[in-house]
Amino acid sequence: MAFAAFQTAEVVPQAPRKRSRIALFLLLPGLLYLVLFFVTPLISLLLTSLQQPAEFGDIGQYEYAFNWQNYVTVMSDYWPHIVRSFGYALAATVFALLFSYPLAYFIGVKARRWPMLQGLMLVLVIAPFFISFLLRTLAWKQLLSDESFIITSLKALSLMAPDAHFTGTPFAVIFGLTYNFIPFMTLPLYTTLERLDLRYLEAGSDLYANPFTVFRKVTIPLSMPGIVAGTLLTFIPAAGDYVNASRDFLGGPDTQMMGNVIEANFLVLLNYPAAAALSIILMAAILVLVGVYVKRSGTEDLL
Amino acid sequence: MSVREFAERGADLELVGIQKRFPGFTAIEELDLTIPAGSFFALLGPSGCGKTTTLRLVAGLEEPTSGRILIGGRDVTGTKAHERPVNTVFQSYALFPHMSVLENVAFGLKRRRIGDALGRAHEALRLVELDHLAQRRPAQLSGGQQQRVALARAIVNRPALLLLDEPLGALDLKLRRQMQLELKTIQEEVGLTFLHVTHDQEEAMTMADTVAVMNKGAIEQMGAPAELYELPRTSFVANFLGQSNLFTGDVAGSTDAAISVDIAGARVTVPAARAQRHTGRVTVGVRPEKVTLLREAPAASSDHNVLGPGRVIDVSFSGVSTQYIVAIPGVGTVTVFAQNTGSGPVVGEGVEVWVSWPVEHGFGLDDVAEPAARFAADADTTSIAAQRREELVAELEED
Repeated sequence: MAFAAFQTAEVVPQAPRKRSRIALFLLLPGLLYLVLFFVTPLISLLLTSLQQPAEFGDIGQYEYAFNWQNYVTVMSDYWPHIVRSFGYALAATVFALLFSYPLAYFIGVKARRWPMLQGLMLVLVIAPFFISFLLRTLAWKQLLSDESFIITSLKALSLMAPDAHFTGTPFAVIFGLTYNFIPFMTLPLYTTLERLDLRYLEAGSDLYANPFTVFRKVTIPLSMPGIVAGTLLTFIPAAGDYVNASRDFLGGPDTQMMGNVIEANFLVLLNYPAAAALSIILMAAILVLVGVYVKRSGTEDLL
Repeated sequence: MSVREFAERGADLELVGIQKRFPGFTAIEELDLTIPAGSFFALLGPSGCGKTTTLRLVAGLEEPTSGRILIGGRDVTGTKAHERPVNTVFQSYALFPHMSVLENVAFGLKRRRIGDALGRAHEALRLVELDHLAQRRPAQLSGGQQQRVALARAIVNRPALLLLDEPLGALDLKLRRQMQLELKTIQEEVGLTFLHVTHDQEEAMTMADTVAVMNKGAIEQMGAPAELYELPRTSFVANFLGQSNLFTGDVAGSTDAAISVDIAGARVTVPAARAQRHTGRVTVGVRPEKVTLLREAPAASSDHNVLGPGRVIDVSFSGVSTQYIVAIPGVGTVTVFAQNTGSGPVVGEGVEVWVSWPVEHGFGLDDVAEPAARFAADADTTSIAAQRREELVAELEED
């Protein structure tokens, strides 16, 4: 804090022209990569989304056009999937946050005195990454299938109706999404909480705030950068996820998300314009939601 | 006393048999302390002496290993920090970085649901002359400004007991004087009890009614600043609170009125009332500004002590006064502060001199000074580095 006064010291401009040329040179590989693998496919996707079926063509043959009706069609055909995608992603984000915050708080704040424990717990958080995402989700499918030990036990204890299922329900999909994205929530939360200056919490309690108020008024606002980063890292991929909701994994016919619809349109129905239009909608919706979220959470100056 | 309302007046603070242990070391051995309501009490000591721990115990940020804490007669040992009618000005200021200056100052008032929190916060900011920066974030303020905000944030709550943890450290001299005065005024106006923790002896002496000098987890001596300065009881106090010339020798004779000590063949007389010990090996001392420098051997006199001859080995001029260091064979070095009033000799290095002081200004200590620590040169870079390191270690331990 005492050094904050020095941080505004002016930066001395050093030979700007020469430096900018070197900077440009160093940026070149990155820029080329972006143009080749991001901008080009994006334009191609945009163009595909406006295509129309080729005259006298086979299934899967399209020609370039300005067929914006594609967007109207997919919106009216797939609006439940769009709503479901964001609903599931939101639920998974909230659950992951509720689960990760205490965990990250424990590792980053309470366990500070024991670096060994901190390290061990962080390894445990990251450990699932050592096994493929698909394998882990398949394992959950096995563990939670109708014949599995867990489900038969729950049924035997009358905690589940005898004819109920777990896999194929929205709950199973949200469970899978939450499980798969928890490390992406925990790690950013941990990095901000690990740097949390406990003297602010002491100052809060010195100023008559009870522990809950200190948490609400001091801890949460100070960990906002981690919360924003974690929720974005969870929400964005969860909204576009097509593995958990897939019939082959934890989902069922009624739990299809946008990712599944895009996959089906691209690979099964060969309706490329519809798939491309859905992809663009997904991307735009996420951009708008994230923009509003970052603006509303007021963390521009904290990020 | 409820924390929901402003304190009408300051409250007594009473620490009874406080002991605080941390894993590996004891911060406070045994502390009994009573601070009467409405007083300005300074806890003075070097880093790592346990003074900040004492403050944190009173604030409720640490729990004592044993002992009781009473504020205004009520036992608060078991209550949490937010339930105590106490506010702290932290050394690190601990201003909430995500709130504006105004929100920071209003924080305590809002928690206590006191009406017109923002109005009162503005008032407190006006007091520290920072109302024009009310909407800024703490990070946009200078160190001194942050400190004043921290002060406003604490005093706006009118606590029965205000704890100050080296709150004026980052201020420049002028602002520091201004804030000292301001604090004093607030304290007198409202009659709050102030507990001020500092390592700056000048600050402690100018502001506090009562100063307690703390060393190694215990209070060495406590009293009014003038009393402590004029009559230190231990060599630690004698050297920490200002400078002292200390001489150790055996008591050679004593009467009801005075004791005389044999210092390298010379007799140094100290009034018996000002000496803690009257027999055996004792350390006696005198403040450098009480000592006069003489060019010629003075006539023997019963009301002055004389040591010498010796040679001036260092002269440093500091405007108001000049500091002479005189080396006297067999005695060691004697520091003399001479006011630059134009009277008295002005001598250069190497000149042969005698030093003399009135008997009534001498004092006798309770302990025997460690000769090595007496005039350890603390200005060279190695010892500064060592000292800094010790401070850092102490700080780490305190945390």
